Amino acid sequence: MSKRLAYPYLAWIVGFIIIPILFICYYGLTRDGHFTFSNIAAITENVHWIPLVLSVRLSLICVVICLLISIPLGLALRSIRSRFLVFLFMMPMWMNTVLSILAWKLLLGTNGIIGRLFHVRSILNTQLATEIGMVYDLLPFAIIPIYNAFASIDDSIIDAAYDLGADRAQVLTKIMLPGAKAGILSAVVMVFVPALTSFVISDMLGGGKVSLIGNVIEQEFTNSMDWNLGSGLGMVLMVFVLLSTMLLRGGES
Amino acid sequence: MKKAYIGLILAFLYIPILVLIVLSFNNSKYYVSFGGWTLRWYKRVFTDETIRTAILSTALISMASALISTILGTLGAIGLRKLRIKRVALAISDIPLLNPDIVTGVSMMLLFVRFTELNTMTVLLAHITFEIPYVLLNVSPALLAWDDDLYHAALDLGAGSAYAFWRVVFPEIFPGILSGFLMAMTMSIDDFSITYFTRGAGVNTLSTMIYTELKRGVNPAMYALSTLLFLAVFVLLVLNNYREDAARR
Repeated sequence: MSKRLAYPYLAWIVGFIIIPILFICYYGLTRDGHFTFSNIAAITENVHWIPLVLSVRLSLICVVICLLISIPLGLALRSIRSRFLVFLFMMPMWMNTVLSILAWKLLLGTNGIIGRLFHVRSILNTQLATEIGMVYDLLPFAIIPIYNAFASIDDSIIDAAYDLGADRAQVLTKIMLPGAKAGILSAVVMVFVPALTSFVISDMLGGGKVSLIGNVIEQEFTNSMDWNLGSGLGMVLMVFVLLSTMLLRGGES
Repeated sequence: MKKAYIGLILAFLYIPILVLIVLSFNNSKYYVSFGGWTLRWYKRVFTDETIRTAILSTALISMASALISTILGTLGAIGLRKLRIKRVALAISDIPLLNPDIVTGVSMMLLFVRFTELNTMTVLLAHITFEIPYVLLNVSPALLAWDDDLYHAALDLGAGSAYAFWRVVFPEIFPGILSGFLMAMTMSIDDFSITYFTRGAGVNTLSTMIYTELKRGVNPAMYALSTLLFLAVFVLLVLNNYREDAARR
């Protein structure tokens, strides 16, 4: 078959992936047409550094919570083996993010459903609300790879371990968790990167009081209109994400 | 114990969705009080100009981008099999999967504004770009399973290369192409960040429309809209599951 069939695709990825990245690098490394590192160095200023640190913290907490929920869940789903149940856990993944965040806004807000049922104060516009929204949005992305990894572990290996006198804790730590390592790592990547870089969740549930690095970059492009600074910060985020993904993917193989 | 745990997590995932569904039938503008049942928000979904336009452009953008990315991706996957730069090309087209959406969106916006103003077309170009890796993901395994000999046999028996492709190769890889298309379309419908940066003034998909509407206050028609979307996704996923089951048999 002809190699020429790939040419439109190759032209497309050069035109719409490589060139845009060159554009963001150009903007990020210049100001008024002159070469500079100032847009990148700006990440160390407090107004940018604090949101970055907060993003890293919230997304790491999000990863930990998602793993703590998904690992026992994956094991439970594996033992039940119902395709319909797995389907139920996949479903919310296809629900429009903005709409499910809207639902959380209603649940958590002043006079919100949770507040009225349990007589607690509204936690809307806090880091906690943002964290809940992140976990909700990304949990299915942790459940699916972890469940798949557990489901692909052969029953006979587990039976053999029990026959040879292993207890449940040993089966978990010596067989199940190492066997699901690739799935767990891919769950980490799939949760960490979107959590680190999102700006909608913190915008809607943080109510402007929770500023993450995504919000800072978005503001540079929509409000402050400083595209050079926005691009420089975007490059920092891109390199940070690519490095951490490579690190995690390296651990996979 | 196990069932209680599963139930708890299911409740966490579905309570927000249920809240939206219940509110979509609530005959009161304010979500804090229940004013009896109504269908008027559903009526509004189809009469409100903003919502209708957003539904139409979402349908248009998702279908057109899925179609074009499926064609580009499928031809790309076929052509790449014989190309030495295959690994490099695949690594490049995967960049939108790894890169933060905000960076993908902003970088394309920077390119677009240099040559044109932002409009529906720029959103379409951006969507095609980030959908291509999903198409490759689905088509490439199907191509691995496909046997080159069959194609050559068809050529030996006198078929032209286009005819042989259409009659021999295409049916073999069609299930992969179809799931690539469906996945590309769902990704397009669900995208917010990339659309947000590459759309022009007045251009809205459902995601960006809901986001901008929310800044003005909650419109109960949004609840009806989300219920309809949820139903649509549910039906699509059930159908897709059924199709996979049928294919397996």
